[in-house]
Amino acid sequence: MKIDQVLDAKGLACPMPIVKTKKAMDTLTTGQVLEVQTTDKGAKSDLTAWAKSTGHELIDFKEEGSIFIFYIQKG
Amino acid sequence: MTEQKKRTTIVLFSGDYDKAMAAYIIANGAAAYDHEVTIFHTFWGLNALRKEEMVPVKKGFLEKMFGKMMPRGADKMGLSKMNFAGMGPKMIKNVMKKHNALTLPQLIEMAQEQDVKLVACTMTMDLLGLQEKELLDNIEYAGVAAYLADAEDGNVNLFI
Repeated sequence: MKIDQVLDAKGLACPMPIVKTKKAMDTLTTGQVLEVQTTDKGAKSDLTAWAKSTGHELIDFKEEGSIFIFYIQKG
Repeated sequence: MTEQKKRTTIVLFSGDYDKAMAAYIIANGAAAYDHEVTIFHTFWGLNALRKEEMVPVKKGFLEKMFGKMMPRGADKMGLSKMNFAGMGPKMIKNVMKKHNALTLPQLIEMAQEQDVKLVACTMTMDLLGLQEKELLDNIEYAGVAAYLADAEDGNVNLFI
């Protein structure tokens, strides 16, 4: 998988991960992939819902220790 | 995408720090959801828009008293629970720092950055004796009809 941009949102609290993700996504073009790293426990539900509702696709998700990593493809 | 954006409208009536935080977190979230967001500030919620510094304006006696008794700006607002005469906000700000949560003034700044429309209710500004010069720059002034115009095709509508 080709990752076009990595967003480090570790340590940030709600609503910042989603706000930063949106800003990063705005700089990408359709089909490009954003990797988001976060430690906010609500982020799994948040980013999943956000991607679905804003027309992007969450193509992969993994947990590395306390870090959640999302791969979102711009729709 | 030419379709109409979704819309979130929030009435912020409360002048409590915690409730205003909730309103602004939802507003920032909604802006990240690509909604057009309006926060309509009325009554005590207007204090969130006050500038922190003293702005010299001409006022009557009652209006001056109101101005003195109400918090001057978002950072001075009290908590709806466990305020403890001002100790509560100090404690919660400490905890927020530890958890890396944005403060209310930062949330307001973020909202403006995300083009959230901040509206001050002019009727209650008159009642509380607040003048435009005392409120933040780049906000709008309106009444109930303008609010309803935004809210009637809204998807999320809250009163806080």
